[in-house]
Amino acid sequence: MNLMSLVRRSLRQHALSSFVTIVSVGLAAGLTMSVFAINAQTYDAFTGGRVGFDAVLGARGSQLQLVLNTVFHLETSPGNIPWTLYKEIAGDSRVTLAIPYAVGDNYQGYRIVGTTPEMFTKFTYREGRGFVLKAGGRVFDETKKEAIVGHYVAGKLGLDVGSTFNPYHGLQFSERERHRDEYTVVAVMEPTNGPSDRVLWIPIEGIYRMSGHVLRGTGTVYRPSDDEAVPEEHREVSAVMLKLRNPQAGFLLNQTINQQGKIATLAWPIGRVMAELFDRIGWVSRILTMVAYLVVVVAAGSILASIYNTMNERRREFAILRALGARRTTVFSAIVLEASTITALGALLGFVVYGGILSAAFVIVRAQTGVVLDAFKFDPALWMTPVGMILLGALAGLVPAFKAYRTDVASNLTQLS
Amino acid sequence: MSEPGAVLLDVTDLKKSFASPDGERMLIVDVPRFALAAGEQVAVRGASGSGKTTFLNLVAGILQADRGTIVLDGHTVTAMSESGRDRLRARTLGYVFQNFNLLQGYTALENVMLGMLFGVGVDATRARGLLERVGLSHRVDYRPSQLSIGQQQRVAVARALANRPKLVLADEPTGNLDQRHAGEALALIREVCRESGAALLLVSHDPAILASFDRSEDLTELNHAAAAHAAGTGGAQ
Repeated sequence: MNLMSLVRRSLRQHALSSFVTIVSVGLAAGLTMSVFAINAQTYDAFTGGRVGFDAVLGARGSQLQLVLNTVFHLETSPGNIPWTLYKEIAGDSRVTLAIPYAVGDNYQGYRIVGTTPEMFTKFTYREGRGFVLKAGGRVFDETKKEAIVGHYVAGKLGLDVGSTFNPYHGLQFSERERHRDEYTVVAVMEPTNGPSDRVLWIPIEGIYRMSGHVLRGTGTVYRPSDDEAVPEEHREVSAVMLKLRNPQAGFLLNQTINQQGKIATLAWPIGRVMAELFDRIGWVSRILTMVAYLVVVVAAGSILASIYNTMNERRREFAILRALGARRTTVFSAIVLEASTITALGALLGFVVYGGILSAAFVIVRAQTGVVLDAFKFDPALWMTPVGMILLGALAGLVPAFKAYRTDVASNLTQLS
Repeated sequence: MSEPGAVLLDVTDLKKSFASPDGERMLIVDVPRFALAAGEQVAVRGASGSGKTTFLNLVAGILQADRGTIVLDGHTVTAMSESGRDRLRARTLGYVFQNFNLLQGYTALENVMLGMLFGVGVDATRARGLLERVGLSHRVDYRPSQLSIGQQQRVAVARALANRPKLVLADEPTGNLDQRHAGEALALIREVCRESGAALLLVSHDPAILASFDRSEDLTELNHAAAAHAAGTGGAQ
């Protein structure tokens, strides 16, 4: 039996209020950890350069729209640029890899991107790590109606090698927009835990030749026919994904394309473009953070109230303990320890709440963007929040502890005679 | 350790007053002299309002005297800090209250161990032994509410002896018991005190109890403030 025994007994004696307080602390801790961790992880995921490209070349317009459309497969395309521009930038010595994208179709709401086989043979989305196809798969033949399906889409839509599908026109799924063309899945990608997992990749030629599509590369409408190659002057791309030789290259290209040119936009660097988005919507995260802090303060208040409310009924208990030789500081410490224990238990529960919230966020973010948050990634909030809450709990315990400290032994033991 | 017969408690010119609701200072305790030898058992007759509990709380160091000295086991209680008095109380004193003051959320065994927590240190074996000594070996895991009044009283006695005290203070320890149980309880308290070598200062207003002690004192005579109250001549300062 020790001071902790007294605390344990008190928690048991006031089980309901202790439980409610622990739960409220748990929710507060879980919410706070989640807000910080999800903020940090989404920021990292969207700005941390895990996309594999350094820059995106696209139609004149918003860099953010260009990045969202091509890197994260969200938003609409700002327009097309001529094939010649792609060829030009691909031949630039400052560019090490240029991959064209053509977008505008979907399958069951998942985006179809027309591209070249280099996407699967040369592109690396992380240092030394390119797209990996599952066993039995192969890169599509540029001349055929073949597709490679991202891991997430394949799982969601039940697609596998040999499966066939008909693309739908537009980026939003509509039953009426079904193309006649039937594509055969020739590979399913291993997961990349990025936006590419939500994409169906087909040859760029397929986009050009999709039933109902027209090309306006020369400014006039051109309808490709099955028996002839699409002339380069008619070809268009939605964007060109670029890997640059060095940061100076990005700086120079930015000068040339964005500041001196008028026909295209270079989104560079991608991380900075996304960081601007986060800066713009930073108020949302600041509000969430403030709400989390508020919940923490409310939880601290509930600790104070729950312990303080027991003080009257416990005055006799403190008096007896004092009569048995307990010092004032001992009963004071017991109350502070009790408050700290409640917050510590609450903080433990907070990790469960954190796990729950992060799991939900994991599913939502992955479904919306393909980005996979790392539930086990360490964030300083995961230790700072519990420690901070325990300190706050101890602080909240000071008020009732002081009341216990001041308990008059003689008058609470018995009537004076 | 005080030798048997040596002075264990020496009270000199002890005064304690309280503020009455109308702001007057009421002298409750005014004991010019009181002494108790080690191992001695003394009964003090104290009628209601005679200041007996205040006197015991002063001796126990729960209350601080306004004036005078209390020397307990060589320590001048009245000169000690509050935490010093707490320490001395935990190590030197056992206290049996009229209403026992057991902690309701704790078992009999835990109540006894609580008595040790601030004193000699928790010793579950000794706590069980004490409960066995007071005839409660079969009730160690019972909570006070599950025990009869007499059994609760015995737990209180066991707890009072938990720290091997040199002095046991008993404030109307049989006040809540019927005559038969009161006699048994008194015999038990005296016996266990004798066995452990602890002195006993027992306050009661029961003549039968007082008569059973070799030495009994009348608090009305010991406490001049009580005498003044009884005579209606004062108390207010």
